[in-house]
Amino acid sequence: MSKISYLPGKEPDSCEHRMIFKNIDRKGWDPSIACYLKDGGYEQLRKALKMNPEDITNEVKISGLRGRGGAGFPTGVKWGFIPPNNSKPVYLICNCDESEPGTFKDRYIVHQDPHQLIEGMLISALAIGAHTAYIYMREEFPEAAILMEKAIEEAREKNFLGSDILGSGFDLEIYIHRGAAAYICGEETGLIESLEGKRPYPRIKPPYFPAALGLYMAPTIVNNVESICHVKHIIEMGGAEYAKLGTPRNTGTRILCVSGDVKKPGYYEVEVGKITMGELLNDVCGGPLDGRTFKACIPGGSSAKILRCDETFKIGNGENQKELGFYDIPMDFDTMAACGSMAGSGGVIVMDDSRKMSWVLNNINHFYAHESCGQCTPCREGSMWMRKISDRIVDGKATPEDIQTLEDVAYQIDGRTVCAFGEAASWPVEAMISKFRDELEAETSEDNEYLSPEAKRQLKNIS
Amino acid sequence: MKTQTTFPAFAVSPEIEDAAETRIAQYPNDQKRSAVLPLLHIVQHEFGFINREATEWVAQKLGLEPMQVHEVVSFYPGFREHAPGKYHFRVCRTLSCAMAGSAELMDRICELTGIDRSNSDSHHNPIAVSPCGLWSVEFAECLASCGTGPVCLVNDDFHEDVAPEKAENLIGQYNN
Ligand SMILES: Cc1cc2nc3c(=O)[nH]c(=O)nc-3n(C[C@H](O)[C@H](O)[C@H](O)COP(=O)(O)O)c2cc1C
Ligand code: SF4
Ligand code: FES
Repeated sequence: MSKISYLPGKEPDSCEHRMIFKNIDRKGWDPSIACYLKDGGYEQLRKALKMNPEDITNEVKISGLRGRGGAGFPTGVKWGFIPPNNSKPVYLICNCDESEPGTFKDRYIVHQDPHQLIEGMLISALAIGAHTAYIYMREEFPEAAILMEKAIEEAREKNFLGSDILGSGFDLEIYIHRGAAAYICGEETGLIESLEGKRPYPRIKPPYFPAALGLYMAPTIVNNVESICHVKHIIEMGGAEYAKLGTPRNTGTRILCVSGDVKKPGYYEVEVGKITMGELLNDVCGGPLDGRTFKACIPGGSSAKILRCDETFKIGNGENQKELGFYDIPMDFDTMAACGSMAGSGGVIVMDDSRKMSWVLNNINHFYAHESCGQCTPCREGSMWMRKISDRIVDGKATPEDIQTLEDVAYQIDGRTVCAFGEAASWPVEAMISKFRDELEAETSEDNEYLSPEAKRQLKNIS
Repeated sequence: MKTQTTFPAFAVSPEIEDAAETRIAQYPNDQKRSAVLPLLHIVQHEFGFINREATEWVAQKLGLEPMQVHEVVSFYPGFREHAPGKYHFRVCRTLSCAMAGSAELMDRICELTGIDRSNSDSHHNPIAVSPCGLWSVEFAECLASCGTGPVCLVNDDFHEDVAPEKAENLIGQYNN
């Protein structure tokens, strides 16, 4: 194919480095295998089939790739956790649950570029020795499920999938497994339970690290869609070359998804850490809406702690300590963590000065109260009470003590649960109160009754 | 008012048996239980919701107790135990869409289709159906298209940038 051009209005920003999203909104592009092959598709599979599995894993380790699903864990290192003397089948699972609020990137890959994902999965499966792989796809992507199945069929016809792939002796089948609209199925052990046909109750770690005890109690690698696509490009470039993209320890590109109060929301693939929050929001996304100013930002999906746009952060220790304004934060994993939040899934949600923080928090609390799997008491009860208290705040029925109670409830969830949903649900509350306490308190009144009628009834039962 | 039924009653056809066998074959022979969700999807797609008979059929196909299937149906918001309308709207409720006006979109859809959501709640009774049985609505959580909110699904069709004032047009696409 000749020079790449994009559909009108969908041209990438000049700061973008399109690799994973090279074909998204590309002019003349379609999801068929013919189109993919014309563009050099499955060449990296051919290359990988000639490599040792250990060498593939090694390239991924050298590349420094960190998981794009939320935790930012190094992919190659995770692959290395499969027990060396394992005799059970190994499974690869591609996490296409894409359910963290604010995140919208995997959607475009599975709708527009399915073969990139299949090629990435093939190379990953080769590296870890898997012969069966599943794509766990959220139920709300019905069209993508059909599209991906068609792509899998096309790949089988060309013997990129199936047995003795391209005469190499390597076998792989990929299947689509659709979820059923539950956020907790994005958590890898909840996902595995769901794939086993059960309620998606997450498993406790240790001992249930999927790499050792995953699907059907066999070694299982769960990776995000975007992470798996990166593997293809690592094989193409070589790990060392790939590692030159981005910044040290924060290598490669990643897709940032910006939504909320900016002029140009959308997806932007950039080198990790090479652009700052200010460049992203003001230049790439066109700044705030007319007459508005930025107020707050959730930088990595709704579970990430909210940041104030007028904040400054002290990062580093001793001599290396420095002050960093909100707009100067580079969009990477480590600095975002040092600023007390996380880069998470890349979902950047922006709020301007027209937004009330109580309303924002209440919306988030409803999400987590609805999505808790209910297995751990602190999470099940806590998420519901946090929702009820923030309901009271937005209804103008809260007292100043309610804010304290809300904060107390959050800190009683955090760190006391089976899975990281506990943190996902409580961090937004903790951060919102620490950063916007005055604003929240201003919406309460001493004249309100401290306990809701419902809380009073419950209190009667326990005392 | 009489509720119009828009879905056929549960009955197992050879096509459904075939589709089920294809899904069961995706999993290892001794792990048939994995096919619970795929089989439930087949049922719900065909019959609109999952009733007791369907639950028992799935259980029998996979060598499970009906309870093991029912606990799945009752957990996942994506599975329904009651009939929705012929056109089921799932409007994203989550933050970015809410900032873009999804609550107003929901109100407008209800107004135009005559749906009363006053008895709905997010957990036990999420779906509200219009008196004629043609339409139903439900709030969904983040549909992974936050940059183009408000978004919604109508059955399996995805719609983005549906500002409340576009509700009429959206419904018009299905009004038949
Ligand atoms: C509550 C919760 C929800 C999650 N949702 C997703 C998701 O939708 N997609 C995803 O890829 N990872 C999600 N994760 C992270 C996965 O557990 C897992 O870490 C990830 O899929 C690993 O892939 P990676 O290493 O490639 O990032 C979630 C984690 C938690 C705790
Ligand atoms: S923390 Fe919440 S979501 Fe995770 S296992 Fe416990 S109850 Fe379920
Ligand atoms: S908030 Fe509606 S799609 Fe994400």
